[in-house]
Amino acid sequence: MSGSTAAPGQLDERLVRTSPLRKLLGRPELGSVVGAAAVFLFFAIVADSFLQASSFGTVLYAASVLGIMAAPVALLMIGGEFDLSAGVLVTSSALISSMFSYQMTANVWVGVFVSLLVTLAIGAFNGFMLTRTKLPSFIITLGTFLMLTGLNLGFTKLISGTVSTKAIGDMEGFESARALFASTLTLGGVEFKVTILWWVALVALATWILLRTRFGNWIFAVGGEADAARAVGVPVIRTKIGLYLGVAFAAWISGQHLLFSYDVVQSGEGVGNELTYIIAAVIGGCLITGGYGSAIGSAVGAFIFGMTSKGIVYAEWNPDWFKFFLGAMLLLATLLNAWVRKRAEATA
Amino acid sequence: MGAVLAVVLAAAGCSSTGGKRAEERAAEAAEGRAAVNTPRWTFAMVTHSGDGDTFWDIVQKGAEQAAVKDNINFLYSHNDEANQQAQLVQTAIDKKVDGLIVSLAKPDAMKAVIAKAVKAGIPVVTVNSGSAESKEFGALTHIGQDESIAGEAVGDELNERDRKKVLCVLHEQGNVGHEQRCAGAKKSFDGTMQNLYVDGTNMPDVTASIEAKLQSDKSIDAVVTLGAPFADAAVQAKQTAGSKAEIDTFDLNAKVATGLQTDKLGFAVDQQPYLQGYEAVDLLWLYRYNRNVLGGGLPVLTGPQIITKSDADALADYTKRGTR
Repeated sequence: MSGSTAAPGQLDERLVRTSPLRKLLGRPELGSVVGAAAVFLFFAIVADSFLQASSFGTVLYAASVLGIMAAPVALLMIGGEFDLSAGVLVTSSALISSMFSYQMTANVWVGVFVSLLVTLAIGAFNGFMLTRTKLPSFIITLGTFLMLTGLNLGFTKLISGTVSTKAIGDMEGFESARALFASTLTLGGVEFKVTILWWVALVALATWILLRTRFGNWIFAVGGEADAARAVGVPVIRTKIGLYLGVAFAAWISGQHLLFSYDVVQSGEGVGNELTYIIAAVIGGCLITGGYGSAIGSAVGAFIFGMTSKGIVYAEWNPDWFKFFLGAMLLLATLLNAWVRKRAEATA
Repeated sequence: MGAVLAVVLAAAGCSSTGGKRAEERAAEAAEGRAAVNTPRWTFAMVTHSGDGDTFWDIVQKGAEQAAVKDNINFLYSHNDEANQQAQLVQTAIDKKVDGLIVSLAKPDAMKAVIAKAVKAGIPVVTVNSGSAESKEFGALTHIGQDESIAGEAVGDELNERDRKKVLCVLHEQGNVGHEQRCAGAKKSFDGTMQNLYVDGTNMPDVTASIEAKLQSDKSIDAVVTLGAPFADAAVQAKQTAGSKAEIDTFDLNAKVATGLQTDKLGFAVDQQPYLQGYEAVDLLWLYRYNRNVLGGGLPVLTGPQIITKSDADALADYTKRGTR
């Protein structure tokens, strides 16, 4: 009898005020921040050109291209689902706006807008199929992944006759679209790509949604236990479709970046990138089983990936071993991540 | 603190570069020493190769041997994703290399970053694919074969061999150079030609795809693969399918050389990858040393060289050591 209620004078554990330090230690991304610092230090020591300001611009760019996708993918994973079609969807999104603008001889902004609609529709399709069929997201998005891979090549060859799209660099609206999606900002002689701003904005938005809105609570709820969430009135279907729309939106931004930085899109690209997004989210502290993680963590994960993939080149290591180094660094970063989190939880 | 850091730096520096230095020493022992005493310049090569590609291995060998001779510190990196390849070129620019060698399989993606290199005063040589774009991008010269011309040479050779219905097997979806080869062959070939896309990273799948195609269309009398490893897959597919088609291929390796000798293969079109790597390093050295530009800015062609049974004997040894 006495065990069921708190003793008088003792507060419910949920009401106990925790110190800011304790709060910090409990954050999911703490471990990955330590991992990032370790990776940074490592390459600062072994690679001479890693600490140059211009190299930092390159690393941040590599991280941002990945990070833009990793943020919504992290949210999706917190919501308990995967998206294997995310990598190819980026290419699809770029192909759609390029080919629509060219074939219709329209202002490229029209193509960009059409691409947004179609990309969101594909995201909605993923979410709708998932919630309707109750099949695992692995199967649904694997189907979408394969279909998109085929559609990308098939449509591109059918419409433009080759495997890449026609150049749209001379079309109306291209310059302004490039300024938004693929411009370069020079700060103190160092070039920074605009994708870094997109990245920061998306991570901030995702963090706000996750921690400050009702939708954010729903995401944690459906990822933790969908049936329990439904029982307390969380709209599970709407939440999951919303998460897939988020991934599609980010894929649209990434796709437009590809298109407007190179003005031509190769139809066969993007395969395999979906895994990289998931890896970044996992390094950043997202649990593969859902219900736990953060958007900032995904950014740190992307940063670790960017540093590792470019740091290996700056260090002039033999590229044959590249993937091994990448894997080992990621494993170490993640282990460090897990270790720090365990320590933090033990002291909290 | 500074002293500790210096020790750490020195120790870390040794362990990370030791292997490579030892490798270079071994290479020097095998292939001689630097033939010149020009400063030790650093040249970087960034290609669109996938992991473990036999063709690019030979290019790399050529480049490395020229680098030893020219006293060059040679750096190699590769990625088959256009966006990633551009980022690798950017890292080379960040490292302020003295020369840059880039393959242009996906030229549009490389345009901006090559312009950056040129602007930074780094001489650029393009290799392999991209002869049309090389000069426009500001490269000194291009070394490689013109893919359309190579394709046309295949078409001519197929005409001479009285072929009527040919299958062109593309193993890399989205590679513009591959498309040009098949298109070139289609152009000069008098019979009918079909394209077949296969997943080049999955060899059993390549074999099965060709097999299925040969089984479904018995009138196919020649199969052209675009890379040496795929010729072997096509030979196996032909046997299982019971087809009489002649297997021809782009590129050369030891197995292709043996295949030609034993009549399993009809002919091979070699673009001499060793030459592409070797010449690229050599031409950059010549430019650095003497401001020489070979070819007057026009592409320097390394192919197509049609290799048949009669040439295969002489080349077999070189293919075995991996330089042809």
